[in-house]
Amino acid sequence: MEFLADFVDTALGTAVDVLPIAVILVVFQVAVLRRRVPNLGRILSGFVAVLLGLTLFLIGLEQALFPIGETMARQLAAPEATGAAVPASGTQVDWRDYMLVYAFAAAIGFATTIAEPPLIAVALKAEEASGGAIGSWGLRIAVAVGVAVGVSLGAFRIVTGTPLAWYIIAAYAVVIVQTFRSSRSIIPLAYDSGGVTTSTVTVPVVAALGLGLAANVPGRNPLIDGFGLIAFASVFPIMSVLGYSMATSWLNRVRQARRSRGEAT
Amino acid sequence: MKGPIAALSRRLFDAARDLAPIIVVIAFFQIVVLQQPFPNLGSVVVGLVCVVLGLTLFIQGLETGLFPLGEALAHAFARKGSVAALLAFGFCLGFGTTVAEPALIAIAAEAADVASQAGALADDDAAREAYAFNLRMVVALAVGTAITLGVLRILKGWPIHVLIIGGYVLVTVMTAFAPDEIVGVAYDSGGVATSTITVPLVTALGVGLAASIHGRNAMVDGFGLIAFACLSPMIFVLGYGMVI
Repeated sequence: MEFLADFVDTALGTAVDVLPIAVILVVFQVAVLRRRVPNLGRILSGFVAVLLGLTLFLIGLEQALFPIGETMARQLAAPEATGAAVPASGTQVDWRDYMLVYAFAAAIGFATTIAEPPLIAVALKAEEASGGAIGSWGLRIAVAVGVAVGVSLGAFRIVTGTPLAWYIIAAYAVVIVQTFRSSRSIIPLAYDSGGVTTSTVTVPVVAALGLGLAANVPGRNPLIDGFGLIAFASVFPIMSVLGYSMATSWLNRVRQARRSRGEAT
Repeated sequence: MKGPIAALSRRLFDAARDLAPIIVVIAFFQIVVLQQPFPNLGSVVVGLVCVVLGLTLFIQGLETGLFPLGEALAHAFARKGSVAALLAFGFCLGFGTTVAEPALIAIAAEAADVASQAGALADDDAAREAYAFNLRMVVALAVGTAITLGVLRILKGWPIHVLIIGGYVLVTVMTAFAPDEIVGVAYDSGGVATSTITVPLVTALGVGLAASIHGRNAMVDGFGLIAFACLSPMIFVLGYGMVI
């Protein structure tokens, strides 16, 4: 009974939230483009599926992913799990006591990114638009590695309490340098992959990890230190995708040079 | 009836497969590292089933409903050739899809909870809801603006890195002046703004436009809208933090 009430409640909320998209699409179709909507019945059934899907998804998140992520982060951040001595109040925590947390952050960042549907969509589109030069799996793994490194470094930042802005601004500087050394056709895709990674699956789990960690590490304020993991997860894939493209083109050059040398002898 | 059922079960399988690494990671840490049983195993399993079913239905609905309609509109605008109408559509699309974004809804609520716990906000539901709602509106406005600018970039063929790096510089400068507690939320809102509804629609719009405009290349010009949608919420939320 409680589940049903939950469902109806969330469904109503979702309907209100999906409404703007429907209104925009219909208004532009009817008022600006002035053409009949093709396959109206099919499109309407799609809208119903979107509504139901969003509702189920939100309920499932609240019930499964959010609590597990938070519980796990709390348990991993607790001194008993890491085997660290309980720090006396006022003393600085030792960042080395949280190795398990960094490992968990990297693993969960990688796993959630592989599962991101928008990343799959963009990777397939990129493979198609580049004529196969950018493999869809290669891109997905490059992005997932970037997220893993980013989230892990983000956890390290929460533990040490160093300012978020330093890391992000330093990461920006690296991205800018990489941009001027990369081929022009990979740059927009690399920038896009930053936003694509942090989506429906990654955001709730990673945000819960950040907030849970900030609530448990002594001396951290969830409001100031808990956020920011998503920012790490958005910047580092840009770096890893640019790096992946630089590495592939370097490998191709090396291979080509070796081949031409082989032909010469 | 066999076709749709087969397609649906494949989608269910895809959704389950995509979620499998997460389940493996969580189970590994819970059982091997923490050596603890799952808390409320029943409700966790029910929740995971809901997530898989929801994702399946959602993507199915996106492809049969929202996707074709959005794509048809993008091509129709390119053919119609009215820049003003296209830019207005870009803004509305960015705004509309972001307002409805489940990830943004989740994180706005979470941010409000944390803000009220920390005493930055009155400890009642009305204040929390208002805070979460305002945050969503600011981010949606930012994404709308970003898509408008991004569409203009595709039309004009501007190089993307000049605009993005300019945005980074602006974020850096604003960070120095914005209050500490908004910085984390602002940086996160950049990644949050673009997810399952927004990305496919906006990518289809960009690549479709680049493909139908003479002299534009799908790789060089078509991608990049998401990058704008990712950067501008940071600027807008930092600005919001400086104003209130």
